[in-house]
Amino acid sequence: MKEERSSNYLRAIFAVAWKDLAAEMRSKELLSAMLVFALLVIMIFNFALELDIKTRNSVTAGVLWVTFAFAGTLGLNRSMAIEKDRGCLDGLLLAPVDRSAIYFGKAISNLAFMLIVEAIVLPVYSILYNTNLFKPGLLLVILLGSLGYIAVGTLLSAMSVQTRTRDVMLPILLFPIILPILIAAVRASGGYLQDLPFDQILPWINLLIVYDTIFTAISFMVFDYVVEE
Amino acid sequence: MITAKKLVKRFGLKTVLKGMDFSVEQGEFVALIGPNGAGKSTFLRILSSLTRPSMGMVRVAGYELPKQAAEVRQRLGVVSHQPLLYVDLTASENLKFYGKMYNIPNLDARISEVLEMVGLTKRKNDLVRTYSRGMQQRLAIGRAIVHDPDVVLFDEPYTGLDQDASAMLDEVLRTVAARGRTVVMTSHDLARTEDIATRFDVLTRGKIAASATKDDFGRGNLLSFYKNVIAEGRNE
Repeated sequence: MKEERSSNYLRAIFAVAWKDLAAEMRSKELLSAMLVFALLVIMIFNFALELDIKTRNSVTAGVLWVTFAFAGTLGLNRSMAIEKDRGCLDGLLLAPVDRSAIYFGKAISNLAFMLIVEAIVLPVYSILYNTNLFKPGLLLVILLGSLGYIAVGTLLSAMSVQTRTRDVMLPILLFPIILPILIAAVRASGGYLQDLPFDQILPWINLLIVYDTIFTAISFMVFDYVVEE
Repeated sequence: MITAKKLVKRFGLKTVLKGMDFSVEQGEFVALIGPNGAGKSTFLRILSSLTRPSMGMVRVAGYELPKQAAEVRQRLGVVSHQPLLYVDLTASENLKFYGKMYNIPNLDARISEVLEMVGLTKRKNDLVRTYSRGMQQRLAIGRAIVHDPDVVLFDEPYTGLDQDASAMLDEVLRTVAARGRTVVMTSHDLARTEDIATRFDVLTRGKIAASATKDDFGRGNLLSFYKNVIAEGRNE
């Protein structure tokens, strides 16, 4: 009985994620908006900042995370708006599954969209700024930062989509809460780019892991209350 | 099959349902009619576990809401004026998605059966965004019954449909009801409602003001019955 319930739960999570990915592969509305925005931001920074190698390594982390964070809000808003605009959120809530399965399904697809954008932005940034971003440690930090960002963002987008000013509301709610994740991600990324010793980077990585865990657990517990009227 | 007792729903200071009593027996097709703002949609949202009641008792298919909401949802299908469909998926993919959410065994066979019933087999691989409003509404009914629920709730299913699409929807509604399902439907289209429902409850000012069958008011007299009930409510 317990096994059956957990297999239903996993099936629902993957059904939600599959549905989002399949729909986006057709429409490409969300990914194209995120990508165009992200590429424009790094282009503008490229023209705005005349950088020597040393300065470049110190600002790259900031530029990257500003790009990911703002492009991410576009994706989160759109992902939940698709559910709300045609009443599909009600369709999801009517399913006889624990509502946290809907949260995890949406979080998986949102994370996939964010990682796809990052996978395209990183090589473009490397070419434009002549900086090697393909360091395993840096990639791990980007993954951990994105996880925390999406964990909070998916929950808050479900909350903000119910308001009339949802496009404005999400960044206002999201950025103060994810500030610890952004700070830790920028500092850890900067550490890898400046080749700092690992023991100076480790506290920031630990902070990221702790915040990811806390935010995911809180979202799991409160999602049901956020979506219910 | 459905019982609501002393049901109250408040939104802030506004009380929408004011101690409403309502019950439906198994296999009945009940039309819930009433003016705009009477609380019909709110009541259906409570029955479908999408909204919590402020006070009162609600039981659907033997399970109490909101405590046993998951059990209720397993036995409930809901069609609203919005189709609850993903326009960038095909009809088959939409049903497959909802089928997985309801953990339906032999899903492919069930999807074929449902598509046949709502007359969309030939268009099953087309994206829903290419469907007309009537086709989307038929697919929405397919989505609502894909898990073969005991109770189906329809909230204004005729909204935005032309005469042909409405006539086609009538047939689908009759087929849904003919399988012994309990149906509750809200609608402003009294002529169509009179043809397909077996009982008519008038909801006004947050309560059921009158309940009647066709035999009680005579064929073709639903509109005058409805007008009388609303007028009496105003005079009270």
